[in-house]
Amino acid sequence: MQQCDFAVIGGGLVGSAIAYGLASQGHQVSILDEGDVAYRASRGNFGLVWVQGKGQEIPRYSQWSMRSASKWSALSQELFELTGVATQHHNPGGVHLCYSEAELASREVDLDALSQATDRQFSFKMLNHSQLHDLIPEIGESVTGASWSSWDGHANPLYLLRALHAGIRCHGGRFLAVGKVKEIRRNGESYVIESNHQTITADRVILAAGLGNRELAPQVGLDAPLIPNRGEILVTERMRPLLNLPTTYLRQTGEGSILMGDSHEDVGFNDGTETPVLAQIAKRAVRALPALANTRVVRSWGALRVMTPDGYPLYQASESHPGAFIACCHSGVTLAAAHAKCLAPWFAGAEAPSEITPFTAERFHVQTSIPA
Amino acid sequence: MFKRLSPPEATNEAVVTFHFDEQTVTARLGDTVAAALLTSGISICRSTPVSNAPRAPYCMMGVCFECLVEVDGNPNVQACQVEVRDGMHVHTQQGARRLTS
Repeated sequence: MQQCDFAVIGGGLVGSAIAYGLASQGHQVSILDEGDVAYRASRGNFGLVWVQGKGQEIPRYSQWSMRSASKWSALSQELFELTGVATQHHNPGGVHLCYSEAELASREVDLDALSQATDRQFSFKMLNHSQLHDLIPEIGESVTGASWSSWDGHANPLYLLRALHAGIRCHGGRFLAVGKVKEIRRNGESYVIESNHQTITADRVILAAGLGNRELAPQVGLDAPLIPNRGEILVTERMRPLLNLPTTYLRQTGEGSILMGDSHEDVGFNDGTETPVLAQIAKRAVRALPALANTRVVRSWGALRVMTPDGYPLYQASESHPGAFIACCHSGVTLAAAHAKCLAPWFAGAEAPSEITPFTAERFHVQTSIPA
Repeated sequence: MFKRLSPPEATNEAVVTFHFDEQTVTARLGDTVAAALLTSGISICRSTPVSNAPRAPYCMMGVCFECLVEVDGNPNVQACQVEVRDGMHVHTQQGARRLTS
């Protein structure tokens, strides 16, 4: 039986960032990964490190995203020096494209409210067509303008995952392909985790299994009402640089391919693709960058976002099971630095980061309003 | 480096000529561009987008994308998936393609 300080269930971006943070602080960490039968949201995502527009309803989410974005360059550099794997992180700012004056005006109202709610920590600029054209010379005529924020950037999520896994190994952590975790039970002060292939004991257990958390959470007195939400992505052949900053649904990778994405589909656990959806994504991309009409699409795929009912993350310590925690969100790339540098220390006993207090599961439970 | 199992004149297939960069290349009707380049002793068909390293046709079955060339002005064409035609203009694919709208 394997023994460790921390068992992190789930080897995707959330679990790996946490495990990296813990291992780099000197803890003995094992990642328990289900294997390639898992839904693997971390292998199918888009790769934005994104702040603008997030946290409209809960501004602390904006602050949490900014905390992570501000630590991203240092994390990327640290991983490169440790492992030799470059995440291709760039922070040239990002744009959200708008197609009418009305859309631009309402975007400005929303982002201004967000900026105010974060005491102007979140900052942005509105760009008209010609200002946008200066940033992206290939921009389509029908794009009216955009919102721009210096907070935004992008990275290659597959290299990030590889770098985290390598970093965990460098710090003595273990990546165990154990198959599906079947049971988590208390044994004195520690936890016994039974999986398909192995039994592991750990002082603390962190649930970072994405959609798999739904079944694991109740075993340690937690609740994870997660819903899959499908996004489909198309990727083109490699091209010379033509888009030097990311947009909400288009970005050019370090190798030169263009990713087009961002469908939001409620299709249960179906992670396939559908031609009409792909066609819609391609059409919107060509509208934004007309030059793309001549490019070849070389791959497309679907992946399932890990969504809570309100779209915000879930971070919680179990009250009934001390030492058991849950962490899930759909922004594993953006939040990787916060997960490694701020969330991991909390699991190891430090005070919880102030930004995450709203993100417990109680917010999904039936509320009674108490008259003042 | 590569030799045909039988010389072109031993078959009934017609001989076609096409252009590769500055060279005129002879091939057999039905050859793919990749096969025609290799049998003519041409072993570099492109340079990579990231490091500019030279590349040659490799898998010959449409999978590896090593054999990218420009065919009649059309960039990033898989040479192993296109048959040679008389008078075709094939060029080395230098790095990633440029986008022209």
